Amino acid sequence: MITKRIIPCLDVRAGRVVKGVNFEGLTDVSSPVELARYYSENGADELVFYDITASAEGRALFTDILREVASTIFIPLTVGGGINTLEDFDRVLKCGADKVSVNSGAIRNPDLIAAAAERYGSQCVVISADVKRVDGVFRVFAKGGRENTGMEAISWIRRCVENGAGEVVLNSIDTDGVKGGFDLEMLSAVCDVVNVPVIASGGAGCIEDFVRLFHTVPGVDAGLAASIFHFGEVEIRDLKRAMAAAGIPARQV
Amino acid sequence: MVAIVDYGVGNLFSLQSSLAAIGAEAVVTADPAVLRRADRVILPGVGAFGDAARKLQESGLADLLLALAGEGKPIMGICLGMQLLFDKSFEYGEHEGLGLIKGEIRPIADVIGEGLKVPHIGWNALSFGAQKHPLFRYVEEGECVYFVHSFYGANCAPAVIATAEYGATLTAAVAQGNVMGCQFHPEKSGKTGLSILRAFCEGVTAC
Repeated sequence: MITKRIIPCLDVRAGRVVKGVNFEGLTDVSSPVELARYYSENGADELVFYDITASAEGRALFTDILREVASTIFIPLTVGGGINTLEDFDRVLKCGADKVSVNSGAIRNPDLIAAAAERYGSQCVVISADVKRVDGVFRVFAKGGRENTGMEAISWIRRCVENGAGEVVLNSIDTDGVKGGFDLEMLSAVCDVVNVPVIASGGAGCIEDFVRLFHTVPGVDAGLAASIFHFGEVEIRDLKRAMAAAGIPARQV
Repeated sequence: MVAIVDYGVGNLFSLQSSLAAIGAEAVVTADPAVLRRADRVILPGVGAFGDAARKLQESGLADLLLALAGEGKPIMGICLGMQLLFDKSFEYGEHEGLGLIKGEIRPIADVIGEGLKVPHIGWNALSFGAQKHPLFRYVEEGECVYFVHSFYGANCAPAVIATAEYGATLTAAVAQGNVMGCQFHPEKSGKTGLSILRAFCEGVTAC
């Protein structure tokens, strides 16, 4: 039986993980390589790296780091941030990324997903959508959640999947950072219309939030979180054990 | 030395890195002389069967692989590389494979039933049946490995050495003498995957 995946997400700027982290036994808590190794050895099923650098210099540094991470850990790696062209896909795939996540790039250029899926296969193309309720309607936001595109989110995500996206990361802006649980209503709405894996993001505050997620929305394949893992509030090993105890298939390490 | 067959399909970075991590000397090559000299050969692959099979044929690598297999050289296919070992595939049409493993490649959608997503993506548990193949000598029943595929090995029961459950019992690995293949990605399957590569590199006695 396929297991539900647990995915830590690391924001990298200028070669360092932003948002301080606090792990015992790690000498350099903002080293992407050390953190990736830590997560990989402690039960993460996959890692997501977001490159939040804007400069070309930072971008070159990011690909160097990606190469080092990819040669150190042997679980799937997804890379996002600043992916606007097929050349961007090429650049990160050559450094060992397995999947590439597009967000604003797909909003600016709706053909990007289809072109990337044709060249690299759908399994490689992830649509990451930042979604927020505006007057009761789910809307897609761009530029890291700052700009309302006016597009209705569910149909936008469905269109991205029809164009070849092989996986959906749904970031709920409404629940993000609140630590009150995932956005189950929004996730259900997306799971109802797509038949590719859906990754829940935004809102995880404790182990119980993941258990509720997988029980309430069985169509969700994975839970993604950042700070609760980085700050050691939730250990992935404990989370996996709790999932198994609740009857949710999870890969134990 | 392990030769990774380079026929212009897919990204070989992770595979090379994982072989380096277990201390194996690995070379990515399309050079027949290097492939002949290699102690063992890995046939990787991502993408479409028809396209990959054509590339193997056109480059002459298909004939070489058949010759090497006949001489008893250990060969392991990974993902699409495993599928290419089969007689044929029904992925978008009908395509001839290498014919080293008796069976054919068919859509998982035909067998997994309604409601399950295609591709089969993620970590799934391995089952070995009564006798565990030496490729899995460091792996326990139930350990998880990482899959990404929409097609599977069918009608190949005598060669199946591992399965995974996804709405049906799917072929996870096959072996026939010195030729073997994994549907999953050992290079993306953490410690479990590395230990499978290690077993292959140390030598897997035909059984």
